[in-house]
Amino acid sequence: MSIRHGLLALLSRGPRHGYQLRVEFEASTGATWPLNIGQVYTTLSRMERDGLVEPGESDEQGRVVYTITAAGRAEMDRWFSTPVVQSDRPRDELVIKLAMAVAGKNVDVTDVIRRQRTATMRALQQLTRAKRAATEGVAQRLVLDSMIFQAEAEQRWLDHCEAVLKEER
Amino acid sequence: MTVVRLAEVDRVHGEGASAVHALKGVSLEVGAGELVAVMGPSGSGKSTLLNLAGGLDRPTSGAVFLYDEDLAGVRDLAGLRRRQVGYVFQDLNLITSLTAVENVMLPRELDGVRFRRARQEAMAVLGEIGLADMAGRFPDELSGGQRQQVAIARALVGERRLLLADEPTGALDTRAGDEILRILRGRCDAGATVLLVTHEPRYAAWADRVVFLRDGEIADSTDVPLASAR
Repeated sequence: MSIRHGLLALLSRGPRHGYQLRVEFEASTGATWPLNIGQVYTTLSRMERDGLVEPGESDEQGRVVYTITAAGRAEMDRWFSTPVVQSDRPRDELVIKLAMAVAGKNVDVTDVIRRQRTATMRALQQLTRAKRAATEGVAQRLVLDSMIFQAEAEQRWLDHCEAVLKEER
Repeated sequence: MTVVRLAEVDRVHGEGASAVHALKGVSLEVGAGELVAVMGPSGSGKSTLLNLAGGLDRPTSGAVFLYDEDLAGVRDLAGLRRRQVGYVFQDLNLITSLTAVENVMLPRELDGVRFRRARQEAMAVLGEIGLADMAGRFPDELSGGQRQQVAIARALVGERRLLLADEPTGALDTRAGDEILRILRGRCDAGATVLLVTHEPRYAAWADRVVFLRDGEIADSTDVPLASAR
């Protein structure tokens, strides 16, 4: 997940200081990915090194306001116009666990599936409650929707595994 | 308060070698204000369970209670169903020659309620689900989602506080489907009871409790207590 590009997108709306960036980042992603202020400043200083942002003057509370540069805008445009590659995602522990359980013969795969399905459904219920309670606008709801679709896909895949394994037996 | 209770229910279709054991020893309680989802693949017994809960079918053994009344002892099952239970199915069955409000009024008129009052009740429930503006439209002038919402209004008009929904999101896209669940959830929060059969995890997730059926038996349940589910 790219904090760098998220911050560039926020800075494209106007100059901001680190704390402001953190608050707005969390608001637009529904606090799904909490950022600590240290991450924000580390990222800002790397982006400054790469010429994507420029620090300005400190405000009355001593906070440095950052502005996006032309190179920063170009980088942000490139990010928005490039699709995310599937293989960039980390390995999925559940997939590995299930493959091992099936290959292992001495594990009750049905039980692994059943436990996981109930746990995933609980997570899905929590996400749905969060979505019902979501008040910070459409960006937040769509982030939660993304997680709902992912949990749903996992649930469907588990049902599929169960059906296939039942036939194989 | 328990609205529906299934106690050790078995349902066998057919006899002898061709007998199909649709439900095996299923026990389930659904309380007032609760939304319970039943999930399972086709043939797992979901629809049989729903039909038994609503008195559309009788168990081979075990008992079904509706508001603490054993359905086995009820003579006028049709009357009890009509007064207390509302149904919503995937293939909605609105009458195409009647407007939305006339469809919603219909069960009340069958109950013997007079026209004016039936109309008031129908408008009230349409208003509660945000469909008052559509009252005068015919089914083919409504979207698929709106038609299903009218079916929900009809299922809950008057005194009915129990709604049995069999794949109510059927052919709807996810946005319209979410809206159906938002309405069902809202009705539960207002005191109604919903037993929902679905094979779609995203809709089951709106429930307080999700029950997984496999081969006629309850394989698992999320069992979230009502209080912490809100």
